[in-house]
Amino acid sequence: MAAVPDPMIPIPYRIQTVQRETDDTFTLTLTAASSEQIAPFQAGQFNMLYIFGVGEVPISISGDPSTPEKLVHTTRAVGTVTQAMQKLKPGNVIGIRGPFGSHWPLEEARGNDVVVIAGGIGLAPLRPVLYTLVKYRERFGKVVLLYGSRTPEDILFRRELEKWRQRFDMEVYITVDRATGNWRGNVGVVTKLIPRAPFDPYSCVAMVCGPEIMMYYSVLSLRDQGVPTESIYISMERNMKCAIGFCGHCQYGPAFICKDGPVFRFDQVEHLFNKREI
Amino acid sequence: MENLEKILAQHPFFKDMSPEHVAYLAGCAANARYDPGDFIFRNGQPANQFFLIRYGKVSLEIFVPGKGAVMIETVQEGNVMGWSWLVPPYRWHFDARALELTRAIVMDGECLRKKCAEDPRLGYELMSRIARLIEERLRATQLQLIDIYGKD
Ligand SMILES: Cc1cc2nc3c(=O)[nH]c(=O)nc-3n(C[C@H](O)[C@H](O)[C@H](O)COP(=O)(O)OP(=O)(O)OC[C@H]3O[C@@H](n4cnc5c(N)ncnc54)[C@H](O)[C@@H]3O)c2cc1C
Ligand code: FES
Repeated sequence: MAAVPDPMIPIPYRIQTVQRETDDTFTLTLTAASSEQIAPFQAGQFNMLYIFGVGEVPISISGDPSTPEKLVHTTRAVGTVTQAMQKLKPGNVIGIRGPFGSHWPLEEARGNDVVVIAGGIGLAPLRPVLYTLVKYRERFGKVVLLYGSRTPEDILFRRELEKWRQRFDMEVYITVDRATGNWRGNVGVVTKLIPRAPFDPYSCVAMVCGPEIMMYYSVLSLRDQGVPTESIYISMERNMKCAIGFCGHCQYGPAFICKDGPVFRFDQVEHLFNKREI
Repeated sequence: MENLEKILAQHPFFKDMSPEHVAYLAGCAANARYDPGDFIFRNGQPANQFFLIRYGKVSLEIFVPGKGAVMIETVQEGNVMGWSWLVPPYRWHFDARALELTRAIVMDGECLRKKCAEDPRLGYELMSRIARLIEERLRATQLQLIDIYGKD
């Protein structure tokens, strides 16, 4: 019987490819550098990525849950660790702990319409959901993706978005905050797409990911359309350290964001939206 | 005219408005069509119209020296655009350019103002609907300003 890996000890993974998505965002594809690997993951879970000599950061898994041996992470370079990560090359080895946390409610979504709302880098943690929805398309009602980004240049996963958009069984609406030149798509915040999206508010599951302010206004807009709060899920990506409910860094009241989240039903975390830092 | 009345009544902007009021306002309405690239109006021109988009997509743009036209919003089927006809000096503050073949109902601003003055109840009803739109636009602008997809 294989030993259960210690969740505090990183497993070495080798970078296979580095894909530049936008100016500040990149996708790493990794495979295990030894016989040891992390357990399969569910859509919405994250790993702790350890850059040797620099530090460790939580990053959601953006790949396909049906091919867990190929680990995919999409990261925006914002600070010390993520900027060091941006400089890595194929062949480099990093440490991985995970997968951790709760996952998107794909089981609850069965038989219902599914509304996926992503803002900016928030599309990355939702991409595993989209892979699953496409793979098991017949299990769900209408599938709608609403994606907002700052400018056309900031749009992630363009090729995949185009492929999904061309499907007759999926509605994909994209909007940007501002554009110049030849952009022919929508301009305006992502919340504006919600009232015109074709889904049944009374039998849908909404999954929302992006900066907290974007999630908050998306939830308000979903509620305006009649979506019950219990059908709305969000991902709280606040800072964490141990990721296993041990250090208390991410604790708020009885909830640990790292193990009870990052995916929560909105009514469970609504009270956190007025707290600045936890 | 009967036809325009029906189209107005079906547009979300006039949802649940009394048929008498819709019929009365239809006197200010006309059909319009724009090809892709057509400017529907331009910054600085007199603003004397209110547009109900029935089909297509329109980009609202501000010209920024050194950057060119910056798109600040797109409006499409079911949306309305333009309230500069409501307040002096009745001038547009941005450009509106059709991105696709666009069909709209154009309401004459002066005619609307006159009808509102003649029938204050209708005037109040129309202003309430427009105030809601302005509030929605303001909220969207606030979200754009705080950069909701930003890093922090
Ligand atoms: C569960 C979870 C999943 C995540 N998934 C992803 C992902 O898929 N892709 C991705 O790019 N990022 C993701 N993040 C955010 C990522 O962990 C942080 O951006 C990273 O920890 C920043 O570390 P740094 O050393 O590069 O930056 P620091 O030097 O620590 O910080 C630099 C700047 O980034 C800001 N920052 C730090 N942490 C966060 C955060 N959590 N969210 C937003 N801004 C932050 C800081 O306020 C500061 O302004 C996730 C976070 C969590 C908790
Ligand atoms: S990060 Fe340590 S308890 Fe959650």
